[in-house]
Amino acid sequence: MTPACVPTWLLDRDGKTAVLRLSGDWLARETGMRSQAELRQIEQVSQAAGVVRVDASQVGRWDSALVAFICALDAAIKLDLSTLPDPLLRLLALARAGRAPATDGAPQPRPSLLWRLGAGVIALWVRLGTFAGLVGETVLSVPAAVTGRLQARPVDVLELVRACGADALPIIAIVNGLVGAILGFVGAVQLQRFGASIYVIDLVGIAVVREMAPIMSAIVMAGRTGGAYAAQIATMQGNEEVDALQTLGISVDQFLVVPRIIAAFTMTPLLYAYGCFMGLFGGLIVCIAVLHMSPVTFFVNLQSAIPWTEFAIGLTKSICFGTFVALAGCRTGLAAGRSASDVGRAATKAVVEGIIGIIALDAVFAACTNVMGI
Amino acid sequence: MSPAQDETERLRCAGLTIGFGSRIVQRDLTFSVRHGSVFAVMGPSGCGKSTLLRAMIGLLRPLKGSVMVDGEDLWAAPAERRSEIGRRLGILFQSGALWSSMTLAENVALPLQMFTNLDAAAIDELVRLKLSLVGLSGAETRMPSELSGGMRKRAGLARALALDPDILFFDEPSAGLDPVASSRLDELILELRDGLGATVVIVSHELASLFAICDDGIFLDPETKTAVAYGAPRVLRDTSDVRQVRDFMRADPSDRRAVSPACA
Repeated sequence: MTPACVPTWLLDRDGKTAVLRLSGDWLARETGMRSQAELRQIEQVSQAAGVVRVDASQVGRWDSALVAFICALDAAIKLDLSTLPDPLLRLLALARAGRAPATDGAPQPRPSLLWRLGAGVIALWVRLGTFAGLVGETVLSVPAAVTGRLQARPVDVLELVRACGADALPIIAIVNGLVGAILGFVGAVQLQRFGASIYVIDLVGIAVVREMAPIMSAIVMAGRTGGAYAAQIATMQGNEEVDALQTLGISVDQFLVVPRIIAAFTMTPLLYAYGCFMGLFGGLIVCIAVLHMSPVTFFVNLQSAIPWTEFAIGLTKSICFGTFVALAGCRTGLAAGRSASDVGRAATKAVVEGIIGIIALDAVFAACTNVMGI
Repeated sequence: MSPAQDETERLRCAGLTIGFGSRIVQRDLTFSVRHGSVFAVMGPSGCGKSTLLRAMIGLLRPLKGSVMVDGEDLWAAPAERRSEIGRRLGILFQSGALWSSMTLAENVALPLQMFTNLDAAAIDELVRLKLSLVGLSGAETRMPSELSGGMRKRAGLARALALDPDILFFDEPSAGLDPVASSRLDELILELRDGLGATVVIVSHELASLFAICDDGIFLDPETKTAVAYGAPRVLRDTSDVRQVRDFMRADPSDRRAVSPACA
């Protein structure tokens, strides 16, 4: 293919009428587009002339660049296009027919701060409302779930249980084991200075059982499970799968939400117990390696350090956290829009809401147990 | 870009065998698409039409054979050259395949931003032109989710036209459209073909539009797993003596009405 010639235009007079002579190759990707300034120039020069005849007989190869050029001129001045080649005329006719007055293109003014604050508060209120609705629906479907009349497939529930529970074991083990070991190190360094290194066991035991195991397991769940729930449900939303369920009269809450809550509700206590074990194990390793303690000393002291109430508090917390994370995931999924980026946004929101909720709930627990004196 | 239809071939498939692993979908397809023609890939559902399309546009490597675009072997070329050739092909996917997180204007502008040196104003002008060509001006700021199925198709067409392609591929252009919208799309395809001087390949089993706009074609048979007829759909309908082709072409809804008027 020969290299493209630069496209040029020349406005001159042919007897009484003005003629716009075009030549060269008008290719958008190779020779570019004509600038607005050039268009203005042609418009100004030809203002007096009345009708301008366009002569494209010298044009070599052309594509949209030429069409766009003539279209833009056509909008501003009167053109005589009768001598243009037929394909070009067809395209111009199509473009002209389609060129409706722009209706919804006007940019909307940015709303005021007060307006946005109000909208945010209302959105938060609505969000709380749907969350409460979801909790209510879930509680109401407990009898159905217990008697086996739940509108959900057992195989789905089992699959969700596996994904939420068994598949999370490695990461729960790593996170909790390391946290237990870190607590052990910190305690060992500080308490050794006072000759109280035996209390490292109390420190690790209480911190892991009461705080770290529930929180770390729940945060892992928020990242793994909550995000996955939101993405799954949001994708189903986009594919009209949720609509298909609704038209069949299948309760979306029972089919999608309740199985996920069941999975989280049953698996978090187990994950918590497992996380506790791994955290204490991490502490044990540090005690043996750094403080040269015997495992027997560790276990004897651990028994006296953690009363069963600590374990009960940790367990209760973890169940609340897990259920909250699952609910947040389902809610953001159901509230998501239908585009690909909406799915990503829903997953992000589920994780953020989950983690914030976990910390906030933990603060509530701390205040309550303090008042109750346990 | 020459206004007259010349007989040079734009696209040629030779001995093409397509499939997935050991499962062969179609074998030994040899055909060429002339410049300026509207070429139909026909056949019943599940015969491998869309798979053939994927092989022609560089998405699925054929098991055997070659796809020549303007004399250049698409699948023998290195990956980089292949995507360069791919940019000369415009593709309208079945449901538009618009990027759902971008507005219509952004959808059409993306190929221009990526593969041309044009400035923002020029891109903007081209985007407006392409959208007006398909009858969607004024909808620049809309999101794909706010469009009807027909509008989404036309927006997908505007995006396919963004880089002024030499060959336009349509995957089931009339699927999911009402007869009026479908015939308007057919007219639009012809107008664009004549205006742009492009070559068109249509994958479809919509008889009405096949008869209306295609002047050449290939018929794929799912049983023998190869092409059983070549030629314009209209001609095949009237003259073909291949059983599968006759069965397919005569399954016209108007015929069905004629057989059982009680159903109408």
